[in-house]
Amino acid sequence: MNFIEFLAEHSPRLLSGTFVTIQQTVLAILLAVTIATVMGLMRLSRNVLIRGFSTCYIEFFRGTSLLVQLYWIFFVLPLFGVTLEKFVAGFVAVGLNLGAYGAEVVRGAIQSVPRGQYEASLALNMSPATRMRRIILPQAILIMIPPWGNLLIELLKATALVSLISVADLMFQSKQINGSTFLSIEAFGSALIIYYIMARLLITPAMRWFERHTARQMGRA
Amino acid sequence: MFDWRWDFVIEIMPRLLWATVNTLIAAGLGFAIALVLGLLFALAQRTPYRAITIIVREIVEFIRSTPLVLQIFFVFFVGPQFGIRLSPWTSGMIAIGLHYAAYLSEVYRAGIDSVPKGQWEACRALNFSTRYTYFNVVIPQALPASLPGMGNYLIGIFKDTPMLSVIGVAELMHTANALGSETYRFLEPYTMVGVIFLLISLPSAAGIRWFEAWVRRSLGMSR
Repeated sequence: MNFIEFLAEHSPRLLSGTFVTIQQTVLAILLAVTIATVMGLMRLSRNVLIRGFSTCYIEFFRGTSLLVQLYWIFFVLPLFGVTLEKFVAGFVAVGLNLGAYGAEVVRGAIQSVPRGQYEASLALNMSPATRMRRIILPQAILIMIPPWGNLLIELLKATALVSLISVADLMFQSKQINGSTFLSIEAFGSALIIYYIMARLLITPAMRWFERHTARQMGRA
Repeated sequence: MFDWRWDFVIEIMPRLLWATVNTLIAAGLGFAIALVLGLLFALAQRTPYRAITIIVREIVEFIRSTPLVLQIFFVFFVGPQFGIRLSPWTSGMIAIGLHYAAYLSEVYRAGIDSVPKGQWEACRALNFSTRYTYFNVVIPQALPASLPGMGNYLIGIFKDTPMLSVIGVAELMHTANALGSETYRFLEPYTMVGVIFLLISLPSAAGIRWFEAWVRRSLGMSR
């Protein structure tokens, strides 16, 4: 059987898997960005308790493996009375994990906004909240876009692990196809190519566009 | 409701600790392969032939933007189609080694780029061969700058080893799965795996930071 025939027969499954992977990725991105922003800001708090909490969160999720966290959320949390559906458990685990990495990106970006910007907004009598919202964050966002681009590709790749709790994503479908046809090169190869296309032709250009757009808005294009 | 049983924890600890040894061996081997292959990837992108540069660059990009777990499956299942049977360990190490070689090649590249241009010119003036220039002048100076990145990826490999469980390498996650399905208790095995990961990765992250500072100090570099 050649590759065209293979695609003709199995593309519906590959496409439905791709769709699930995109859903998982988008939901996990939303969760990860939220967590990264909250934890990144908390990490810079003056309050020791708040800072300590976010440090613990970040170190915990970065210190253990995503697969361990995924299995723990899916198999152990139900014992504590929190039962998540596998689809939800999947993107929650990926989002929580990448959110911890993102928090460090957010913290680093905020810290690299020049000191003079803080002093100027203090001199203009801005409240800390206004200063963060109007002055610091917009500049920090521009700084953090390139590292976020890398993180989002990591996130897309990380969603492949949700297939191990049998969410029917691209990885899962290619494994199923491999199991029924034993055409490993075709099955895993086409999944590899689809992941590559999503990373290089969707995420990377989107982030480039977002970077240019933000730079223009800041008058720096 | 859940009930944490310490006697069960003590019962499974010996097996988990043995699996930890396997995990560490896998991480170490994978890192060693990645260090060598990564240097090859980095050097292959610096040949005078543009075609080779572009091809290697695309290969590196491809490996970096596709999931490791899929690559592990690919290596493990594709061999038999050509009549090559790879053991789970071999294919796991090939996949992890290749995956992280792609990342490490970027680290090497940044390190090599950080060597001042004058060093290259001096080597040329002294009529050193390209090989001598790379191995005796440039790479020794590029390595200290590459160390932080390397350390981070060593920990990265360590945290990615659970993916080897999918093809049956008897590392921590695989053992925890086995224990769970033998005893129908998942709470203790999975939790202890998490604890073991934390206990190893946090101190080694601190150790790597300390080691980098030490290298920088002993080479008289500031920062």
